[in-house]
Amino acid sequence: MASDTPPRWDRKMQQRLVHGEAAALGELYDRFASLVHSLAHRVLDDDEAADRATQDVFSYIWEHPHAYDPREGPLRSWIAALTQRTATDRLRRRHLDDGPTTPEQAERLEEQVQAAATAARADYIVTSMPAPLRAALELAYHQRRDYRQTADSLGVTEDEARRRLRLGLQLLSSAMTQPALAPPGRESRP
Amino acid sequence: MNTPGHPGPHPPRDLDHTVLKSLLGAWALAACSAEETAAVEAHLTDCAPCADEALRLRDAVGLLHAEDSLDLDPGLRTRVLENCLGRRPARVPLPDWAAPYDAETARLDALLRDMAEEEWRTPVRLRWFDGMRQATRETTVAGVVGHLLVVDGLVATGLGLPDPLPPDPLPLDHEAGPHDRTEFYWALDGSHHHAAAREPWRAQSHAMIRDVSFLVADNGDADAGTAVSERLIPYGGHSLPLRDAFLDRAFECWMHAEDIAEAVDYPYEPPVPAHLGRLVDLAARLLPDALAARRRAGLAAPPRALGATGAPGRTLHLEIEGGGGGDWYLPLDSPGARASPEQTVAHIVLDGLEFCQLAAGHVPPLEAAAGQDGDREEIRDVLFAVASLSRL
Repeated sequence: MASDTPPRWDRKMQQRLVHGEAAALGELYDRFASLVHSLAHRVLDDDEAADRATQDVFSYIWEHPHAYDPREGPLRSWIAALTQRTATDRLRRRHLDDGPTTPEQAERLEEQVQAAATAARADYIVTSMPAPLRAALELAYHQRRDYRQTADSLGVTEDEARRRLRLGLQLLSSAMTQPALAPPGRESRP
Repeated sequence: MNTPGHPGPHPPRDLDHTVLKSLLGAWALAACSAEETAAVEAHLTDCAPCADEALRLRDAVGLLHAEDSLDLDPGLRTRVLENCLGRRPARVPLPDWAAPYDAETARLDALLRDMAEEEWRTPVRLRWFDGMRQATRETTVAGVVGHLLVVDGLVATGLGLPDPLPPDPLPLDHEAGPHDRTEFYWALDGSHHHAAAREPWRAQSHAMIRDVSFLVADNGDADAGTAVSERLIPYGGHSLPLRDAFLDRAFECWMHAEDIAEAVDYPYEPPVPAHLGRLVDLAARLLPDALAARRRAGLAAPPRALGATGAPGRTLHLEIEGGGGGDWYLPLDSPGARASPEQTVAHIVLDGLEFCQLAAGHVPPLEAAAGQDGDREEIRDVLFAVASLSRL
């Protein structure tokens, strides 16, 4: 459900947004709002701030429908990157509003920004990983099933359940080592 | 739940490196048996590559987190979209009478999105008032979504979209209404009784919203736009203007979302007041015809006076309280008569949500918490007529 939309869907969606279809804006929101909100929440750790970041992201896309170039990759990744930038900017601004900062505070903020960015990347990896891996993690982590029960629920062998859990976590651990998500086009900062 | 100490069907004994390595993911998630956990941890003390990986996977588990924003505030959608449209007006806007359908389908979809596969098979008892008494029908969460799909299909086909029911063999005539279409769909096979029910329903509702927006926008001036919204949609036995059909589908979507939410024990809120008001208004406008149909069927007392069409006649004052409420003056003797506040002979006061529950057939007519004043027999007939607006 949460994997990248097909390129054709992405292109069509962009054309509809360019055309000014309110219905397309609604569909865009329905498809990506939970991704945007959860990424923003990971960075900002505050419901209201995440709501505002969500608003920023969607109004940016709606007002600049040409900012996304379908040839550069899936819309989902682009929106995830845009969200991370938007939310991180908000986090930095929030700290600036608190007044002048010492170098130590500035360093702590950067650490916080990096940690939040890692967490946001992890969220993105989970939501876009292949559905079988995601389902296995969902059962083992959120529903606290052991791997035998997970195998049972998924109708796969125990070997396969172990493989999926390990592979899922390996993918997830790349959030800690990989650079930030590819930044959106240079003008795509809301 | 994990069952620590559960030996599993194959108690691990003398596990080799390959097996232990394959267990690292399950180990990091605390999802193996106690014996396996002990075996993995013993192995980690003398296998550096596995120890490295174990550390990385444990850290990765730390990046998983309780899914904290599953329940996005449904009001956020409205706020975000309004903000966007305020900054850049749509060239193809949504007709305002399609807004409740847009909002209600989005709310139900958000509920369905995070439902576990087994929850789709949760039994749901659908209730309505069949004209005489309460009727019920057992189905599942997925069955309810299928019901919405095929009844929405009446409106979809009215817009030129494909019918979600297979064309062949279709032992239904073109006049088949919501009930027959639903029973036919449910009888097709059991394969739609799972999460796969969501996608076709959502794709169709999105397509309906898109197409109706274009239909109204492409017909230019207000007059033509009005004509489009008045286009009749066959509903099996009767028909509704397109705009009312969209309101009807919004109402059904809300009510069935409540059925689903109740079955899986999730909270669910009513529509926003502006939309609720439109849904109440639809039910109120349908009421005189429903009452007349009951009189013709002998289920309600015959009209007291047969006035000429357009002439002022005996009037019901329907007062709806709460968000989206208001006052409606409805003709009692004939749908063609003119209602007038001066000729009010019966006055009913109902909370908006209670009125909707009554119109959905969820509340027995005589048990509705209605304030009443005036002709008791008329009030009784009206309450039954409200309930008879419901169907499967």
